[in-house]
Amino acid sequence: MSRIPLRPLARILDARAKGENPDMIEKENLAIRHEEMRDKSRARAERRLMILALSFFIAFSVIGARMGTLAASEPTEPRAAAGGSEITAQRSDILDRNGRILATNMMTHSLYAQPNDMVDPVHAATELAAIFPELDAKALERRFTDGRSFLWVRKVLSPEQMQQVHEIGDPGLYFGPREMRLYPNGNLASHILGGAAFGAEGVDSAEVIGTAGIEKQLDTRLRDPAQSANPLTLSIDLTLQANVEEVLATGMHTLQAKGAAAILMDVKTGEVLALASLPNFDPNDRPGISPTVDPSDNPLFNRAVQGVYELGSTFKIFAVAQAMDLGLITPDTQIDTKQPFVYDGFPVHEFDNHNYGPTKSVSDVIAVSSNIGAAHIGLMIGGVRQQAFLKAMGLLDPPQIELFEAASARPLVQKNWSGLVTVTVSYGHGISTSLLNLAAAYSTLANGGLKVTPTLIHSDRHTPGPRVVTEKTALACVLMMRKVVTDGTATFADVPGYEVAGKTGTADKPRKGGGYYSDKVINTFASVFPANDPKYVLVVTLDEPVETAGLKPRRTAGYTAVPVAGEIIRRVGPLLGLRPQVDGIPVSTVAAINAPVKDPVAQE
Amino acid sequence: MRPVLYMLSFIAVLGLAFWAYRENYATQHQLKQMAAVQDEIAALRDEIAMQKAEWAYLNRPDRLRDLAAMNFDRLGLMPIEPLQLGSAEQVAMPPPPALVIKGTVDTAGSLPSPDITAMTGADGEQIP
Repeated sequence: MSRIPLRPLARILDARAKGENPDMIEKENLAIRHEEMRDKSRARAERRLMILALSFFIAFSVIGARMGTLAASEPTEPRAAAGGSEITAQRSDILDRNGRILATNMMTHSLYAQPNDMVDPVHAATELAAIFPELDAKALERRFTDGRSFLWVRKVLSPEQMQQVHEIGDPGLYFGPREMRLYPNGNLASHILGGAAFGAEGVDSAEVIGTAGIEKQLDTRLRDPAQSANPLTLSIDLTLQANVEEVLATGMHTLQAKGAAAILMDVKTGEVLALASLPNFDPNDRPGISPTVDPSDNPLFNRAVQGVYELGSTFKIFAVAQAMDLGLITPDTQIDTKQPFVYDGFPVHEFDNHNYGPTKSVSDVIAVSSNIGAAHIGLMIGGVRQQAFLKAMGLLDPPQIELFEAASARPLVQKNWSGLVTVTVSYGHGISTSLLNLAAAYSTLANGGLKVTPTLIHSDRHTPGPRVVTEKTALACVLMMRKVVTDGTATFADVPGYEVAGKTGTADKPRKGGGYYSDKVINTFASVFPANDPKYVLVVTLDEPVETAGLKPRRTAGYTAVPVAGEIIRRVGPLLGLRPQVDGIPVSTVAAINAPVKDPVAQE
Repeated sequence: MRPVLYMLSFIAVLGLAFWAYRENYATQHQLKQMAAVQDEIAALRDEIAMQKAEWAYLNRPDRLRDLAAMNFDRLGLMPIEPLQLGSAEQVAMPPPPALVIKGTVDTAGSLPSPDITAMTGADGEQIP
């Protein structure tokens, strides 16, 4: 490459001859050379940038294309992956506290039709109607032939039905796999479990969503794919639940009640061991809601959680507990029970117009269930403090439990907490709350005064709630309630060996239009056992019971809810592993029962 | 020397190609087998779930109660009673085994000790 010299001799000499500055020539040549160099390096830089841009473009195109194919293609599991990648049941099982199945999934099939592929729609329709009685042959035939290309025939099939449909042999009938929810125990614990139904349906699968109870409340947890392999363990004990429901049903029928409910709760943890509401239903086949039947009489209605009732005299113990905590009374303080007692123009009556004399001790006010006595204690406390205490016990809020229905059970109280409200609430009238709230409040008293939050989830760890009542008062309350059973209104619940303590409550049912029925009552018995070391609370309530064994029909809790509760305790006590505390059972009795039973068949 | 090296590397390439071919098919076979095993696991899992559901259905308390009632004359099953629970002290000790005397006992003998326990052992055999 030839290089132009900066100072060509010819031009320099020429310039010198003309008297010009020869340096100008050098500068000019230098400028030309720099321009050339600049042009060259720009061209090179441009080329490099082009290459860089091209490589970036290719890289991004490759990534984009890969993303596109990933998004557009069907997802498949990596075949080479080790174990653990297989999909298990889509919805978690529900177990009781001992691991027995309460709800599980079952593979079955749905039936759908593609009429375009059908050979003989008329024949298929008649055959299907013969297999499934609820299908109408004429309607099915019309749907097969009206030009649609797809229709669902049935959501689930039993294996036998599937075989029968196979035997029709029509190529237009198809089966799709379905995972359906199964409740193997039928009606048992139906109000806890609620039920499930199909949500969005596809040919290959359908989502199962909870429709009520714990299935709906914990739907997200049960459907979470990450947790589908570990089951949800409830605090319910299936055996206890079965026994409670059996005894309660017998009691309900014997006493001609139209409904009943019972809750068995652990007083320390708040775990619900059994929760029954009658009448119940089969969660595998939930009944519909009838417009003619009162919703609160529908079997779907959970009387133990959803229903808010006036719970009557069971509330008296709360007034006494608070007054004792405030130092206003002791169990031996004499309380005015003089008849008549009129507050603000409202006469307070005793049950059946009993007269308990001028005064009674606090302990006796509870034992005989004196409304006037409780009213006087309530007035000592005053409305503001009473309301705060009931709120602290959780009686003025909807029950907290893992059931969908619980949030709707808002307690009914007067907006304006007047002096009269204080009087009536002291003996449990003019306030309606859920039975579960009552059970939790009794557990709070039974465990020594720590607030209990009911739960249906079994857990080994448990954090005690805040203190609501002092331990001394709580203990005294249980002792007073023990007296109700030994020589008060609840003697039928005195199960030998289990030292039952409790309080009865009888409340007239409110009429729809206002006022109260004279012959319709709600009877409640809230009990704690064993009294010397309270472990469990059992609350039993009966709706409109009547005991007709005597000369005239009796409707007090002492004759209805109490014997039912007593029988339940007698049955569940041994199942809970509680040893009866009876002094001096004859040794021979125990020995005789414990002796091995000889097999009569083997003897023959 | 060079042609030998060429021959050796050519043979090595052939050998490696053959090995890779076989490995490819072996892997595909393994993958197929694994898919089959996983299908089997899934099927068994379904079956286990079904068996568990059936077990729960057959052991539902209603059915057991009915069965206990139906077979009452043979089994005599009753709901558990509070009295069936007791402490260990309440259980009567088994009675001492009855004294068994076998063979003849010489009542008119002149043994130094007439004590009957000395004459019979625990197993009832007479001690001379």
